[in-house]
Amino acid sequence: MTAGIPTLPQHRFDQLRAGYERAVARRRAQSFAVLSVLVILTLAASRYGEVDVGNLLRHLSGLTSYLGRILPKLRADHLTGDIADWYWNFLGWLKLLFDTVLIAYLATLAGTIGAGLLAFVAAANLAPSNAARWCVKRLFEFCRTVPDLVFALIFVGAFGLGPLAGVLAIAIHTFGALGKQFTEVIENIDMNPVEAVRSAGGRFVDVVRFGALPQVLPNLASYALLRFEINVRASSIVGFVGAGGIGQDLFVAIRKFYYTDVSAILLMIIVAVSVIDLVTERIRHRLAPVQRAG
Amino acid sequence: MSARHAIFRDDAATVLARHRLLLAETRRQRAARIVAPIAMVGVALFAIWRLGISVGQIGPGLVELGKFIALMVPPSTGGHLALFLKAMGETLAIAFLGTLVAAILAMPLGLLAAKNTTPSLLLRFLTRRLLDVIRGIDTLIWALVFVAVVGLGPFAGILAIAVSDTGSFGKLFSEAIEATPARERETVIACGGNSWMGIRFSLLPQVLPIIAGQILYFFESNTRSATIIGIVGAGGIGLQLSEQIRTYDFDRVAFIVLLILAAVALIDWISGKLRFAIIGRRQNLA
Repeated sequence: MTAGIPTLPQHRFDQLRAGYERAVARRRAQSFAVLSVLVILTLAASRYGEVDVGNLLRHLSGLTSYLGRILPKLRADHLTGDIADWYWNFLGWLKLLFDTVLIAYLATLAGTIGAGLLAFVAAANLAPSNAARWCVKRLFEFCRTVPDLVFALIFVGAFGLGPLAGVLAIAIHTFGALGKQFTEVIENIDMNPVEAVRSAGGRFVDVVRFGALPQVLPNLASYALLRFEINVRASSIVGFVGAGGIGQDLFVAIRKFYYTDVSAILLMIIVAVSVIDLVTERIRHRLAPVQRAG
Repeated sequence: MSARHAIFRDDAATVLARHRLLLAETRRQRAARIVAPIAMVGVALFAIWRLGISVGQIGPGLVELGKFIALMVPPSTGGHLALFLKAMGETLAIAFLGTLVAAILAMPLGLLAAKNTTPSLLLRFLTRRLLDVIRGIDTLIWALVFVAVVGLGPFAGILAIAVSDTGSFGKLFSEAIEATPARERETVIACGGNSWMGIRFSLLPQVLPIIAGQILYFFESNTRSATIIGIVGAGGIGLQLSEQIRTYDFDRVAFIVLLILAAVALIDWISGKLRFAIIGRRQNLA
Protein backbone atom coordinates (compact mmCIF):
# COMPACT_ATOMS: atom_id res chain seq x y z
CA MET A 1 0.00 0.00 0.00
CA THR A 2 2.73 2.45 1.00
CA ALA A 3 4.28 2.19 -2.41
CA GLY A 4 1.17 3.82 -3.87
CA ILE A 5 1.68 7.06 -1.99
CA PRO A 6 4.33 9.25 -3.56
CA THR A 7 6.77 10.55 -0.92
CA LEU A 8 7.65 14.21 -0.80
CA PRO A 9 11.22 15.05 -1.94
CA GLN A 10 13.37 16.04 1.03
CA HIS A 11 14.14 19.61 -0.12
CA ARG A 12 10.43 20.31 -0.75
CA PHE A 13 9.61 18.90 2.68
CA ASP A 14 12.26 21.10 4.36
CA GLN A 15 10.87 24.14 2.58
CA LEU A 16 7.31 23.42 3.75
CA ARG A 17 8.47 22.68 7.24
CA ALA A 18 10.44 25.91 7.46
CA GLY A 19 7.39 27.85 6.23
CA TYR A 20 5.18 26.12 8.76
CA GLU A 21 7.58 26.86 11.57
CA ARG A 22 7.82 30.51 10.54
CA ALA A 23 4.03 30.80 10.59
CA VAL A 24 3.80 29.14 13.99
CA ALA A 25 6.58 31.34 15.35
CA ARG A 26 4.75 34.44 14.13
CA ARG A 27 1.53 33.31 15.80
CA ARG A 28 3.42 32.54 19.00
CA ALA A 29 5.08 35.96 19.00
CA GLN A 30 1.66 37.57 18.50
CA SER A 31 0.07 35.58 21.32
CA PHE A 32 3.05 36.36 23.54
CA ALA A 33 2.72 40.10 22.84
CA VAL A 34 -1.03 40.06 23.62
CA LEU A 35 -0.42 38.02 26.73
CA SER A 36 2.32 40.31 28.04
CA VAL A 37 0.13 43.40 27.47
CA LEU A 38 -2.64 41.65 29.39
CA VAL A 39 -0.28 40.75 32.23
CA ILE A 40 1.07 44.31 32.49
CA LEU A 41 -2.46 45.74 32.49
CA THR A 42 -3.53 43.17 35.06
CA LEU A 43 -0.66 44.06 37.39
CA ALA A 44 -1.34 47.78 37.03
CA ALA A 45 -5.07 47.27 37.57
CA SER A 46 -4.45 45.05 40.59
CA ARG A 47 -2.42 47.80 42.20
CA TYR A 48 -5.14 50.35 41.49
CA GLY A 49 -7.95 48.01 42.47
CA GLU A 50 -6.34 47.10 45.81
CA VAL A 51 -6.52 43.43 44.93
CA ASP A 52 -5.60 41.37 47.93
CA VAL A 53 -5.85 37.65 47.27
CA GLY A 54 -4.82 36.93 50.85
CA ASN A 55 -7.78 38.95 52.02
CA LEU A 56 -10.09 37.02 49.70
CA LEU A 57 -8.73 33.66 50.87
CA ARG A 58 -9.03 34.72 54.50
CA HIS A 59 -12.65 35.70 53.91
CA LEU A 60 -13.54 32.93 51.49
CA SER A 61 -14.89 30.80 54.31
CA GLY A 62 -16.88 33.93 55.23
CA LEU A 63 -18.43 33.88 51.76
CA THR A 64 -19.39 30.22 51.91
CA SER A 65 -20.74 30.57 55.43
CA TYR A 66 -22.63 33.69 54.26
CA LEU A 67 -24.21 31.69 51.45
CA GLY A 68 -24.94 28.96 53.98
CA ARG A 69 -26.54 31.40 56.36
CA ILE A 70 -28.83 33.11 53.85
CA LEU A 71 -30.29 29.75 52.85
CA PRO A 72 -33.24 28.85 55.04
CA LYS A 73 -33.20 25.76 57.24
CA LEU A 74 -35.89 23.57 55.78
CA ARG A 75 -36.54 20.32 57.61
CA ALA A 76 -38.63 17.63 56.03
CA ASP A 77 -40.78 17.13 59.12
CA HIS A 78 -41.75 20.81 59.54
CA LEU A 79 -41.57 21.84 55.92
CA THR A 80 -44.68 24.03 55.93
CA GLY A 81 -43.75 25.66 59.22
CA ASP A 82 -40.21 26.36 58.01
CA ILE A 83 -41.39 27.84 54.74
CA ALA A 84 -43.90 30.02 56.59
CA ASP A 85 -41.04 31.13 58.82
CA TRP A 86 -38.79 31.88 55.87
CA TYR A 87 -41.51 33.81 54.03
CA TRP A 88 -42.89 35.49 57.15
CA ASN A 89 -43.53 38.68 55.19
CA PHE A 90 -44.66 37.06 51.95
CA LEU A 91 -47.66 39.33 51.35
CA GLY A 92 -45.71 42.48 52.16
CA TRP A 93 -42.93 41.50 49.76
CA LEU A 94 -45.45 40.49 47.12
CA LYS A 95 -46.97 43.97 47.30
CA LEU A 96 -43.53 45.55 47.01
CA LEU A 97 -42.70 43.29 44.08
CA PHE A 98 -45.94 44.38 42.42
CA ASP A 99 -44.96 48.03 42.99
CA THR A 100 -41.56 47.27 41.46
CA VAL A 101 -43.19 45.92 38.31
CA LEU A 102 -45.47 48.99 38.17
CA ILE A 103 -42.43 51.28 38.44
CA ALA A 104 -40.87 49.42 35.53
CA TYR A 105 -44.14 49.69 33.58
CA LEU A 106 -44.53 53.44 34.06
CA ALA A 107 -40.87 54.08 33.27
CA THR A 108 -41.00 51.92 30.14
CA LEU A 109 -44.19 53.63 28.95
CA ALA A 110 -42.85 57.15 29.50
CA GLY A 111 -39.44 56.36 28.00
CA THR A 112 -40.99 54.62 24.99
CA ILE A 113 -43.32 57.51 24.23
CA GLY A 114 -40.48 60.02 24.45
CA ALA A 115 -38.11 57.91 22.39
CA GLY A 116 -40.84 57.11 19.85
CA LEU A 117 -41.51 60.81 19.28
CA LEU A 118 -37.89 61.91 19.01
CA ALA A 119 -36.43 58.90 17.17
CA PHE A 120 -38.06 60.10 13.94
CA VAL A 121 -36.20 63.39 14.31
CA ALA A 122 -32.93 61.54 14.92
CA ALA A 123 -33.23 59.10 11.98
CA ALA A 124 -30.94 60.11 9.08
CA ASN A 125 -33.52 59.27 6.41
CA LEU A 126 -36.43 61.29 7.83
CA ALA A 127 -34.82 64.04 9.94
CA PRO A 128 -36.30 67.45 9.11
CA SER A 129 -33.07 69.24 9.99
CA ASN A 130 -29.49 68.20 10.58
CA ALA A 131 -29.05 70.44 13.63
CA ALA A 132 -32.11 68.94 15.35
CA ARG A 133 -30.89 65.46 14.46
CA TRP A 134 -27.48 66.09 16.01
CA CYS A 135 -29.00 67.53 19.21
CA VAL A 136 -31.43 64.62 19.67
CA LYS A 137 -28.67 62.06 19.09
CA ARG A 138 -26.46 63.68 21.75
CA LEU A 139 -29.45 63.80 24.12
CA PHE A 140 -30.06 60.06 23.64
CA GLU A 141 -26.37 59.39 24.20
CA PHE A 142 -26.27 61.38 27.42
CA CYS A 143 -29.42 59.75 28.81
CA ARG A 144 -28.18 56.21 28.23
CA THR A 145 -24.57 56.71 29.34
CA VAL A 146 -25.29 58.20 32.75
CA PRO A 147 -26.30 55.17 34.85
CA ASP A 148 -29.94 55.13 36.01
CA LEU A 149 -28.83 54.83 39.62
CA VAL A 150 -27.06 58.20 39.37
CA PHE A 151 -30.26 59.79 38.06
CA ALA A 152 -32.14 58.04 40.88
CA LEU A 153 -29.77 59.51 43.50
CA ILE A 154 -30.23 63.03 42.11
CA PHE A 155 -34.00 62.65 41.77
CA VAL A 156 -34.33 61.35 45.31
CA GLY A 157 -32.75 64.64 46.34
CA ALA A 158 -35.12 66.67 44.18
CA PHE A 159 -38.44 64.80 44.42
CA GLY A 160 -37.96 63.16 47.79
CA LEU A 161 -37.80 59.47 48.69
CA GLY A 162 -40.27 57.24 46.91
CA PRO A 163 -41.18 55.62 43.62
CA LEU A 164 -41.44 58.85 41.59
CA ALA A 165 -37.65 59.25 41.63
CA GLY A 166 -37.24 55.64 40.50
CA VAL A 167 -39.79 55.97 37.71
CA LEU A 168 -38.15 59.14 36.38
CA ALA A 169 -34.62 57.75 36.61
CA ILE A 170 -35.47 54.53 34.75
CA ALA A 171 -37.64 56.44 32.26
CA ILE A 172 -34.70 58.68 31.32
CA HIS A 173 -32.38 55.74 30.84
CA THR A 174 -35.07 53.95 28.80
CA PHE A 175 -35.52 57.06 26.71
CA GLY A 176 -31.82 57.11 25.82
CA ALA A 177 -31.46 53.39 25.17
CA LEU A 178 -34.67 52.99 23.17
CA GLY A 179 -34.00 56.25 21.31
CA LYS A 180 -30.88 54.72 19.83
CA GLN A 181 -32.53 51.41 18.94
CA PHE A 182 -35.63 53.07 17.49
CA THR A 183 -33.46 55.38 15.37
CA GLU A 184 -31.62 52.37 13.94
CA VAL A 185 -34.90 50.60 13.15
CA ILE A 186 -36.27 53.69 11.42
CA GLU A 187 -33.09 54.16 9.41
CA ASN A 188 -33.57 50.70 7.92
CA ILE A 189 -37.12 51.15 6.58
CA ASP A 190 -38.22 50.86 2.97
CA MET A 191 -38.22 54.45 1.64
CA ASN A 192 -40.85 53.91 -1.10
CA PRO A 193 -43.91 54.56 1.08
CA VAL A 194 -42.16 57.59 2.58
CA GLU A 195 -41.51 59.06 -0.86
CA ALA A 196 -45.09 58.28 -1.89
CA VAL A 197 -46.46 60.30 1.02
CA ARG A 198 -43.98 63.09 0.33
CA SER A 199 -44.85 63.29 -3.34
CA ALA A 200 -48.54 63.42 -2.46
CA GLY A 201 -47.75 66.58 -0.49
CA GLY A 202 -47.42 65.16 3.03
CA ARG A 203 -45.58 67.11 5.68
CA PHE A 204 -43.13 65.59 8.17
CA VAL A 205 -45.92 64.49 10.49
CA ASP A 206 -47.82 62.80 7.64
CA VAL A 207 -44.66 61.12 6.41
CA VAL A 208 -44.03 59.70 9.87
CA ARG A 209 -47.63 58.68 10.48
CA PHE A 210 -48.44 57.08 7.12
CA GLY A 211 -45.05 56.32 5.58
CA ALA A 212 -42.82 55.17 8.44
CA LEU A 213 -44.88 54.22 11.48
CA PRO A 214 -46.78 51.27 9.97
CA GLN A 215 -43.45 49.73 8.92
CA VAL A 216 -41.69 50.06 12.25
CA LEU A 217 -44.46 49.64 14.83
CA PRO A 218 -44.00 45.89 15.46
CA ASN A 219 -40.25 46.32 15.83
CA LEU A 220 -40.61 49.29 18.17
CA ALA A 221 -43.09 47.37 20.31
CA SER A 222 -40.71 44.44 20.43
CA TYR A 223 -37.81 46.61 21.60
CA ALA A 224 -40.04 48.30 24.18
CA LEU A 225 -41.02 44.91 25.61
CA LEU A 226 -37.39 43.85 25.81
CA ARG A 227 -36.65 47.09 27.62
CA PHE A 228 -39.52 46.32 30.03
CA GLU A 229 -37.74 43.09 30.97
CA ILE A 230 -34.53 45.04 31.62
CA ASN A 231 -36.41 47.70 33.56
CA VAL A 232 -37.97 45.18 35.94
CA ARG A 233 -34.43 44.27 36.98
CA ALA A 234 -33.46 47.93 37.24
CA SER A 235 -36.51 48.84 39.30
CA SER A 236 -35.69 46.13 41.82
CA ILE A 237 -32.36 47.92 42.32
CA VAL A 238 -33.31 51.61 42.51
CA GLY A 239 -34.73 50.96 45.96
CA PHE A 240 -31.10 50.75 47.16
CA VAL A 241 -30.93 54.55 47.03
CA GLY A 242 -34.48 55.05 48.30
CA ALA A 243 -36.30 55.30 44.99
CA GLY A 244 -39.07 52.81 45.75
CA GLY A 245 -39.79 49.15 45.07
CA ILE A 246 -38.58 45.96 46.69
CA GLY A 247 -34.90 47.04 46.51
CA GLN A 248 -35.27 48.99 49.71
CA ASP A 249 -36.20 45.89 51.72
CA LEU A 250 -33.47 43.87 50.05
CA PHE A 251 -30.91 46.57 50.83
CA VAL A 252 -31.94 46.65 54.48
CA ALA A 253 -31.90 42.86 54.68
CA ILE A 254 -28.36 42.64 53.27
CA ARG A 255 -27.02 45.55 55.32
CA LYS A 256 -28.55 44.44 58.59
CA PHE A 257 -27.71 40.75 58.06
CA TYR A 258 -31.31 39.44 58.08
CA TYR A 259 -29.88 36.40 56.36
CA THR A 260 -32.88 34.32 55.36
CA ASP A 261 -34.79 37.43 54.25
CA VAL A 262 -32.07 38.03 51.66
CA SER A 263 -32.60 34.65 50.02
CA ALA A 264 -36.39 34.95 50.32
CA ILE A 265 -36.50 38.32 48.54
CA LEU A 266 -33.87 37.34 45.97
CA LEU A 267 -35.80 34.20 45.09
CA MET A 268 -38.99 36.23 44.61
CA ILE A 269 -37.19 38.70 42.34
CA ILE A 270 -35.61 35.94 40.28
CA VAL A 271 -38.94 34.14 39.86
CA ALA A 272 -40.77 37.36 38.94
CA VAL A 273 -38.10 38.36 36.43
CA SER A 274 -38.10 34.93 34.78
CA VAL A 275 -41.89 34.86 34.52
CA ILE A 276 -41.92 38.31 32.92
CA ASP A 277 -39.07 37.29 30.59
CA LEU A 278 -41.02 34.23 29.44
CA VAL A 279 -44.26 36.15 28.84
CA THR A 280 -42.68 39.06 26.98
CA GLU A 281 -40.53 36.70 24.93
CA ARG A 282 -43.70 34.99 23.72
CA ILE A 283 -45.24 38.32 22.77
CA ARG A 284 -42.04 39.51 21.12
CA HIS A 285 -41.78 36.42 18.95
CA ARG A 286 -45.34 36.93 17.86
CA LEU A 287 -44.67 40.60 17.01
CA ALA A 288 -41.49 40.04 15.05
CA PRO A 289 -40.96 36.34 14.39
CA VAL A 290 -37.54 36.69 12.77
CA GLN A 291 -35.97 38.85 15.42
CA ARG A 292 -33.71 37.31 18.06
CA ALA A 293 -33.58 38.42 21.68
CA GLY A 294 -30.72 40.88 21.06
CA MET B 1 -76.52 60.17 -11.07
CA SER B 2 -74.10 60.51 -13.94
CA ALA B 3 -72.55 57.59 -15.72
CA ARG B 4 -69.10 58.77 -14.66
CA HIS B 5 -69.97 58.61 -11.01
CA ALA B 6 -71.36 55.15 -11.44
CA ILE B 7 -68.12 53.98 -13.00
CA PHE B 8 -66.21 55.36 -10.06
CA ARG B 9 -68.44 53.71 -7.56
CA ASP B 10 -68.15 50.48 -9.45
CA ASP B 11 -64.38 50.87 -9.44
CA ALA B 12 -64.22 51.35 -5.71
CA ALA B 13 -66.36 48.28 -5.21
CA THR B 14 -64.21 46.11 -7.47
CA VAL B 15 -61.02 47.34 -5.84
CA LEU B 16 -62.47 46.62 -2.43
CA ALA B 17 -63.61 43.21 -3.53
CA ARG B 18 -60.23 42.35 -5.03
CA HIS B 19 -58.18 43.46 -2.02
CA ARG B 20 -60.68 42.81 0.71
CA LEU B 21 -58.16 41.03 2.88
CA LEU B 22 -55.70 43.92 2.67
CA LEU B 23 -58.15 46.73 3.23
CA ALA B 24 -60.76 45.31 5.52
CA GLU B 25 -60.11 45.26 9.21
CA THR B 26 -61.38 42.26 11.09
CA ARG B 27 -63.46 42.91 14.16
CA ARG B 28 -60.65 41.55 16.31
CA GLN B 29 -58.09 43.91 14.81
CA ARG B 30 -60.38 46.89 15.33
CA ALA B 31 -61.03 45.87 18.91
CA ALA B 32 -57.29 45.48 19.53
CA ARG B 33 -56.61 48.89 18.03
CA ILE B 34 -59.08 50.55 20.34
CA VAL B 35 -58.64 48.47 23.47
CA ALA B 36 -54.82 48.30 23.59
CA PRO B 37 -54.16 52.03 24.11
CA ILE B 38 -57.02 52.31 26.61
CA ALA B 39 -55.65 49.35 28.56
CA MET B 40 -52.15 50.83 28.55
CA VAL B 41 -53.36 54.18 29.84
CA GLY B 42 -55.60 52.42 32.38
CA VAL B 43 -52.70 50.41 33.80
CA ALA B 44 -50.58 53.57 33.89
CA LEU B 45 -53.25 55.46 35.86
CA PHE B 46 -53.63 52.53 38.23
CA ALA B 47 -49.85 52.43 38.72
CA ILE B 48 -49.72 56.15 39.48
CA TRP B 49 -52.49 55.70 42.04
CA ARG B 50 -50.96 52.56 43.55
CA LEU B 51 -47.47 54.07 43.86
CA GLY B 52 -48.89 57.19 45.47
CA ILE B 53 -47.37 59.55 42.92
CA SER B 54 -49.10 62.91 43.22
CA VAL B 55 -49.05 65.67 40.62
CA GLY B 56 -48.29 68.12 43.41
CA GLN B 57 -44.97 66.35 43.93
CA ILE B 58 -43.79 67.04 40.41
CA GLY B 59 -43.86 70.85 40.42
CA PRO B 60 -41.70 71.47 43.51
CA GLY B 61 -39.46 68.60 42.46
CA LEU B 62 -38.82 70.21 39.08
CA VAL B 63 -38.05 73.54 40.79
CA GLU B 64 -35.58 71.72 43.05
CA LEU B 65 -34.08 69.92 40.05
CA GLY B 66 -33.69 73.28 38.29
CA LYS B 67 -31.75 74.55 41.28
CA PHE B 68 -29.48 71.48 41.12
CA ILE B 69 -28.84 72.06 37.43
CA ALA B 70 -28.11 75.75 38.05
CA LEU B 71 -25.57 74.66 40.66
CA MET B 72 -23.95 72.32 38.14
CA VAL B 73 -22.65 75.14 35.92
CA PRO B 74 -19.80 75.61 35.75
CA PRO B 75 -18.52 72.11 36.58
CA SER B 76 -15.66 72.26 39.01
CA THR B 77 -13.26 69.84 40.59
CA GLY B 78 -13.45 71.62 43.93
CA GLY B 79 -9.69 71.04 44.25
CA HIS B 80 -10.11 67.26 44.22
CA LEU B 81 -8.91 66.58 40.69
CA ALA B 82 -6.24 64.08 41.75
CA LEU B 83 -8.73 62.23 43.95
CA PHE B 84 -11.33 62.03 41.17
CA LEU B 85 -8.80 60.87 38.60
CA LYS B 86 -7.55 58.19 40.95
CA ALA B 87 -11.14 57.05 41.56
CA MET B 88 -11.76 56.93 37.81
CA GLY B 89 -8.62 54.83 37.39
CA GLU B 90 -9.92 52.56 40.12
CA THR B 91 -13.20 52.18 38.20
CA LEU B 92 -11.35 51.22 35.02
CA ALA B 93 -9.28 48.74 37.03
CA ILE B 94 -12.44 47.23 38.50
CA ALA B 95 -14.02 46.86 35.05
CA PHE B 96 -10.85 45.40 33.52
CA LEU B 97 -10.04 42.87 36.22
CA GLY B 98 -13.69 41.95 36.77
CA THR B 99 -14.16 41.20 33.08
CA LEU B 100 -10.86 39.28 32.84
CA VAL B 101 -11.54 37.08 35.86
CA ALA B 102 -15.09 36.46 34.68
CA ALA B 103 -13.83 35.38 31.25
CA ILE B 104 -11.32 32.97 32.80
CA LEU B 105 -13.90 31.50 35.18
CA ALA B 106 -16.55 31.24 32.48
CA MET B 107 -14.46 29.27 29.97
CA PRO B 108 -14.68 25.88 31.74
CA LEU B 109 -18.30 26.58 32.68
CA GLY B 110 -19.08 27.38 29.05
CA LEU B 111 -17.57 24.05 27.99
CA LEU B 112 -19.61 22.25 30.65
CA ALA B 113 -22.83 23.96 29.54
CA ALA B 114 -22.41 23.26 25.82
CA LYS B 115 -24.16 20.30 24.26
CA ASN B 116 -21.30 19.26 21.97
CA THR B 117 -18.57 19.21 24.64
CA THR B 118 -20.53 17.83 27.59
CA PRO B 119 -22.51 14.71 26.77
CA SER B 120 -23.75 14.29 30.35
CA LEU B 121 -27.25 15.69 30.56
CA LEU B 122 -27.17 16.06 34.34
CA LEU B 123 -23.86 17.96 34.40
CA ARG B 124 -25.07 20.27 31.62
CA PHE B 125 -28.36 20.89 33.37
CA LEU B 126 -26.68 21.72 36.70
CA THR B 127 -24.15 24.06 35.08
CA ARG B 128 -26.86 25.88 33.16
CA ARG B 129 -29.06 26.36 36.22
CA LEU B 130 -26.04 27.60 38.18
CA LEU B 131 -25.32 30.16 35.45
CA ASP B 132 -29.00 31.19 35.41
CA VAL B 133 -29.02 31.86 39.14
CA ILE B 134 -25.76 33.85 39.01
CA ARG B 135 -27.11 35.87 36.10
CA GLY B 136 -30.46 36.44 37.79
CA ILE B 137 -28.83 38.38 40.63
CA ASP B 138 -27.85 41.91 39.72
CA THR B 139 -24.23 43.10 39.86
CA LEU B 140 -25.17 45.63 42.51
CA ILE B 141 -26.52 42.89 44.80
CA TRP B 142 -23.31 40.91 44.33
CA ALA B 143 -21.43 44.10 45.21
CA LEU B 144 -23.39 44.44 48.45
CA VAL B 145 -22.70 40.81 49.30
CA PHE B 146 -18.97 41.13 48.61
CA VAL B 147 -18.75 44.34 50.60
CA ALA B 148 -20.13 42.31 53.49
CA VAL B 149 -17.57 39.56 52.84
CA VAL B 150 -14.25 41.32 52.02
CA GLY B 151 -14.99 44.81 53.32
CA LEU B 152 -15.38 48.20 51.62
CA GLY B 153 -13.18 49.02 48.64
CA PRO B 154 -12.58 48.26 44.97
CA PHE B 155 -11.72 44.61 45.60
CA ALA B 156 -15.36 43.95 46.45
CA GLY B 157 -16.31 45.61 43.16
CA ILE B 158 -13.93 43.43 41.16
CA LEU B 159 -15.35 40.28 42.75
CA ALA B 160 -18.92 41.47 42.15
CA ILE B 161 -18.35 42.07 38.44
CA ALA B 162 -16.30 38.89 38.11
CA VAL B 163 -19.05 36.72 39.60
CA SER B 164 -22.05 38.32 37.93
CA ASP B 165 -20.38 38.35 34.50
CA THR B 166 -19.33 34.73 34.88
CA GLY B 167 -23.04 33.96 34.56
CA SER B 168 -23.46 35.97 31.36
CA PHE B 169 -20.18 34.83 29.81
CA GLY B 170 -20.87 31.19 30.63
CA LYS B 171 -24.12 31.36 28.69
CA LEU B 172 -22.65 33.30 25.74
CA PHE B 173 -19.56 31.09 25.53
CA SER B 174 -21.62 27.91 25.61
CA GLU B 175 -23.77 29.27 22.77
CA ALA B 176 -20.65 30.14 20.76
CA ILE B 177 -19.27 26.64 21.40
CA GLU B 178 -22.51 24.97 20.37
CA ALA B 179 -22.55 26.94 17.13
CA THR B 180 -19.22 25.51 15.93
CA PRO B 181 -19.35 22.84 13.23
CA ALA B 182 -18.38 19.37 14.50
CA ARG B 183 -16.29 18.42 11.46
CA GLU B 184 -13.00 20.01 12.51
CA ARG B 185 -13.10 18.42 15.94
CA GLU B 186 -13.84 15.05 14.36
CA THR B 187 -10.79 15.56 12.12
CA VAL B 188 -8.53 16.01 15.12
CA ILE B 189 -9.96 12.94 16.80
CA ALA B 190 -9.74 10.90 13.59
CA CYS B 191 -6.01 11.73 13.44
CA GLY B 192 -5.63 10.12 16.85
CA GLY B 193 -6.11 13.13 19.13
CA ASN B 194 -8.09 12.86 22.32
CA SER B 195 -11.05 15.09 23.08
CA TRP B 196 -8.84 17.64 24.89
CA MET B 197 -6.77 18.01 21.75
CA GLY B 198 -10.03 18.39 19.84
CA ILE B 199 -10.94 21.29 22.06
CA ARG B 200 -7.48 22.85 21.94
CA PHE B 201 -6.80 22.57 18.20
CA SER B 202 -10.23 22.89 16.61
CA LEU B 203 -12.77 24.34 19.02
CA LEU B 204 -10.63 27.03 20.61
CA PRO B 205 -9.42 28.61 17.34
CA GLN B 206 -13.03 28.65 16.12
CA VAL B 207 -14.58 30.32 19.15
CA LEU B 208 -11.72 32.55 20.31
CA PRO B 209 -12.45 35.51 17.98
CA ILE B 210 -16.16 35.44 18.90
CA ILE B 211 -15.37 35.20 22.59
CA ALA B 212 -12.79 37.99 22.40
CA GLY B 213 -15.40 40.24 20.80
CA GLN B 214 -17.88 39.47 23.56
CA ILE B 215 -15.28 40.11 26.26
CA LEU B 216 -14.46 43.52 24.78
CA TYR B 217 -18.14 44.38 24.56
CA PHE B 218 -18.60 43.46 28.23
CA PHE B 219 -15.55 45.50 29.18
CA GLU B 220 -17.30 48.51 27.65
CA SER B 221 -20.55 47.89 29.49
CA ASN B 222 -18.72 47.07 32.72
CA THR B 223 -17.05 50.46 32.64
CA ARG B 224 -20.58 51.81 33.00
CA SER B 225 -21.67 49.38 35.70
CA ALA B 226 -18.39 49.85 37.60
CA THR B 227 -19.35 53.51 38.00
CA ILE B 228 -22.45 52.60 39.99
CA ILE B 229 -21.25 49.82 42.25
CA GLY B 230 -19.27 52.45 44.15
CA ILE B 231 -22.60 53.76 45.39
CA VAL B 232 -22.88 50.75 47.71
CA GLY B 233 -19.26 51.10 48.84
CA ALA B 234 -17.49 48.86 46.34
CA GLY B 235 -14.90 51.45 45.29
CA GLY B 236 -14.29 53.56 42.23
CA ILE B 237 -15.77 56.80 41.01
CA GLY B 238 -19.30 55.89 42.13
CA LEU B 239 -18.29 56.34 45.74
CA GLN B 240 -17.12 59.92 45.05
CA LEU B 241 -20.20 60.60 42.94
CA SER B 242 -22.67 59.50 45.59
CA GLU B 243 -20.76 61.45 48.27
CA GLN B 244 -20.94 64.64 46.19
CA ILE B 245 -24.65 64.12 45.47
CA ARG B 246 -25.39 63.55 49.16
CA THR B 247 -23.57 66.75 50.12
CA TYR B 248 -25.28 68.68 47.26
CA ASP B 249 -21.94 69.69 45.66
CA PHE B 250 -23.48 69.66 42.22
CA ASP B 251 -20.62 71.40 40.42
CA ARG B 252 -18.44 68.43 41.39
CA VAL B 253 -21.24 66.03 40.41
CA ALA B 254 -21.27 67.61 36.95
CA PHE B 255 -17.50 67.28 36.69
CA ILE B 256 -17.56 63.61 37.70
CA VAL B 257 -20.39 62.86 35.25
CA LEU B 258 -18.40 64.51 32.45
CA LEU B 259 -15.35 62.49 33.51
CA ILE B 260 -17.40 59.28 33.33
CA LEU B 261 -18.77 60.21 29.90
CA ALA B 262 -15.26 60.90 28.62
CA ALA B 263 -13.87 57.64 30.04
CA VAL B 264 -16.75 55.59 28.62
CA ALA B 265 -16.33 57.22 25.21
CA LEU B 266 -12.59 56.45 25.28
CA ILE B 267 -13.14 52.80 26.20
CA ASP B 268 -15.87 52.49 23.55
CA TRP B 269 -13.46 53.81 20.96
CA ILE B 270 -10.57 51.56 21.94
CA SER B 271 -12.63 48.40 22.21
CA GLY B 272 -14.46 49.22 18.98
CA LYS B 273 -11.07 49.38 17.19
CA LEU B 274 -9.88 46.16 18.82
CA ARG B 275 -13.11 44.35 18.06
CA PHE B 276 -12.95 45.41 14.46
CA ALA B 277 -9.33 44.25 14.22
CA ILE B 278 -10.21 40.83 15.67
CA ILE B 279 -13.28 40.30 13.52
CA GLY B 280 -11.39 41.51 10.46
CA ARG B 281 -8.68 38.95 11.12
CA ARG B 282 -11.23 36.19 11.43
CA GLN B 283 -12.72 37.07 8.08
CA ASN B 284 -9.27 36.91 6.53
CA LEU B 285 -8.74 33.42 7.94
CA ALA B 286 -12.06 32.25 6.58
